[in-house]
Amino acid sequence: MLWRTLLREFVKTRLVRHSSTLKTFFDETGQSGLVLKSTSTDIFENLALEDWIHDRVDLQNRSVLFLWRNTPAVVVGRHQNPWHECNLPLVRRRGIPLARRRSGGGTVFHDLGNVNITFFTSKKKYDRRRNLGVVTGALTDLSPGLNVSATERFDIVLDGGYKVSGTAAKLGRTSAYHHCTLLCCADRTLLSSVLKSPYQGIKSNATPSVPSPVKNLLDEDPRLDPSAVMEAVAARYNVEFGFDGPLVTVDPSVEALMPGVNKMAADLKSWEWVYGKTPKFSITLPFVAEGAEIVLDMDVKDGTIEKCLLDIPHDWLPAGTVDELCSALAGVRFCPKEVAVAVTAFMRTTLQGPDLTRKTHSLYENVVSVM
Amino acid sequence: MAALITVRGSFSFMRRLVGLHDFSPVLQFKLSDIGEGIMEVTVKEWYVKEGDRVSQFDSICEVQSDKASVTITSRYDGIIRKLYYDIDSIALVGSPLVDIETDGLPPEEDVMETPAVSQEEHTHQEIKGHKTQATPAVRRLAMENNIKLSEVIGTGKDGRILKEDILNFLASQTGAILPPSPFQEIQPPPPGPAAARAPIAKTKEKRAPSSMPTPITSRPVFTGKDRTEPLKGFNKAMVKTMTAALKIPHFGYNDEVDLTQLVQLRSELKEVAESRGVKLSYMPFFIKAASLGLLHFPVLNASVDEACQNITYKAAHNIGLAMDTPQGLLVPNVKNVQMLSVFDIAVELNRLQTLGSSGQLGTADLTGGTFTLSNIGSIGGTYAKPMILPPEVAIGALGKMQVLPRFNEKDEVVKAHIMNLSWSADHRIIDGATMSRFSNLWRSYLENPAVMVLDLK
Repeated sequence: MLWRTLLREFVKTRLVRHSSTLKTFFDETGQSGLVLKSTSTDIFENLALEDWIHDRVDLQNRSVLFLWRNTPAVVVGRHQNPWHECNLPLVRRRGIPLARRRSGGGTVFHDLGNVNITFFTSKKKYDRRRNLGVVTGALTDLSPGLNVSATERFDIVLDGGYKVSGTAAKLGRTSAYHHCTLLCCADRTLLSSVLKSPYQGIKSNATPSVPSPVKNLLDEDPRLDPSAVMEAVAARYNVEFGFDGPLVTVDPSVEALMPGVNKMAADLKSWEWVYGKTPKFSITLPFVAEGAEIVLDMDVKDGTIEKCLLDIPHDWLPAGTVDELCSALAGVRFCPKEVAVAVTAFMRTTLQGPDLTRKTHSLYENVVSVM
Repeated sequence: MAALITVRGSFSFMRRLVGLHDFSPVLQFKLSDIGEGIMEVTVKEWYVKEGDRVSQFDSICEVQSDKASVTITSRYDGIIRKLYYDIDSIALVGSPLVDIETDGLPPEEDVMETPAVSQEEHTHQEIKGHKTQATPAVRRLAMENNIKLSEVIGTGKDGRILKEDILNFLASQTGAILPPSPFQEIQPPPPGPAAARAPIAKTKEKRAPSSMPTPITSRPVFTGKDRTEPLKGFNKAMVKTMTAALKIPHFGYNDEVDLTQLVQLRSELKEVAESRGVKLSYMPFFIKAASLGLLHFPVLNASVDEACQNITYKAAHNIGLAMDTPQGLLVPNVKNVQMLSVFDIAVELNRLQTLGSSGQLGTADLTGGTFTLSNIGSIGGTYAKPMILPPEVAIGALGKMQVLPRFNEKDEVVKAHIMNLSWSADHRIIDGATMSRFSNLWRSYLENPAVMVLDLK
């Protein structure tokens, strides 16, 4: 550790004056392998830094290891359906941010007890198995005899059956990254309640997550806390690939170092990305309102209601009103806020007696319950 | 990783496909190997459709295989003529993905092609330059101006560098210069003193500034483009509501109110409210005064049917409050103001404001209003012309409070807190006299809050 600090000092002084961005810093170190650690625990800033490195850094002859942790957040995979994958009402109530990453795979829950490890390489050097070997090797370095291994699905399991790590990857034109989680001391109760969706009746081709029983590494061995694990992974990485680059800490929100990174974070936070990129799905919801049995059918594309059908018994509401309500909802985002506004405008512009008003409210409450 | 090229069909077939004069071959772009021995992938999203023009390196689609999401980018410039797969179908590696009709030029090689150039540096950059995405024309422009593509921020898709980016970069060269940062574990650049060092650093990087042509920097290029998109969500709701509002014949009535005494009262009461955990603004007073006024002029709290044949006098005073939220204009209302004290109203307002800013207002709070006040003055402005929100029949817009000189009874000039107000009402059922009297009553309550206490219900 001391050795690495000294090396860091050496590298530091050599670099004063020239570098103006992270990219030029990389170029100027002349190292073929670097380890980066984030000072931020914001999921969007960290995902934006991943994007930035993937897009802007030349990885043909260089590899980068990135270590990061986040305050509580739910992260869905690129092609997943957030309504299907997590308990959105709970997530919203607790103020836990929801993010969609650019890599594939399933939904995960991050908190400070979880370590994220990203391996950046050229497409040629993309090798997930070897990367996972670095992780399992680091764990056994810290805790010899620990029963950890990687499965064919690229998970890491403890004691044969408990998942401690999940993997996802992103491949671009010339470079790629493979990242994985690692549960050291995460809040398992919160994890399991947040990753269980209350919504039934969703039909889609979105990638489903495969739930597994999980365990915290720290419960197995008190030496496996997040800081120790990150250091061990960095050390093992250098050994495995024969690198001796410095461990560099980065603040992912500094625009001057990574031009364009703040826009990337803003894009990742946008509704169009988080919800709008949900693959097409449909939802069927039967419910009872004011004594009537009603079925709601919606087709949602790009997170927006494409079509809405309400199967309502004959005289409960005039047919014209039902049609108007359905067309008022078409083109509206699948989101309680926007539906509230659309239904309000509908109610203002169609004359309503108290009976109609009550029924419309009831319909609204039920429709919004699935969003 | 090379994609295979096959020219499809016979020569005569291609002639039919293409204009009479040029030779634009349609090339099949095949799904290249993505590593790890993967043989098939699922097509998850298309970024292009048939007929779209693409440039080299533009993203074509996103495919997924075994937890890996892969972006497939185009090898050629041209027009997409055929997509071979639907969303969620399985594509085999090596099979055709799209047909691209190229522009009649032979397909550009992947960056290896280096036109004759003076700078060693640029040759080096080209060979390493896979990462910087830019068409050959843009690269040539950069080279002509001795610009390192890695220094330019690309604003095109996937960060690709466009011609405008080069021109803007050039424009920025003569103006303010970004100070280089003295690094300490990669800290951001310190402002100020670094500027002195900047010119030296810049010259070093440029290497041959004297040969840089000047005219381009004095003619900045406007690259703004019109953008058309369908109205959705919030905007659509606004259109609907306002179209209905337009059917109401509006008349306006404006006045000013002297709030000096109210300002005094509120400053005394603010702390009491805060000790109870509630923020007290002027709105609760305005709302309560309105409700007291409506007791005397119930026609302002009414609703008419479509044909304007029947008028319904609403019993409850549900007073709406126009709220500016991150999503746009929302109008939640405080229910049954006639039964609430000023403090109760303040509590309700706090609740609605919290819900509004976090986007949690539901139809229960957003509908059922009978009268509305819009505090546009909190943003700015004096007089306004508010639009009535159906099915209501009146609305008031409150301007900003200003401190102005006014004459008192002793003909002295004194400091007064003046606010402008603008009422709009449905002229089919409300006349100017009614509106005027209501306004005067409302004003009297606020100009002399003691009277409000007398009539408080």
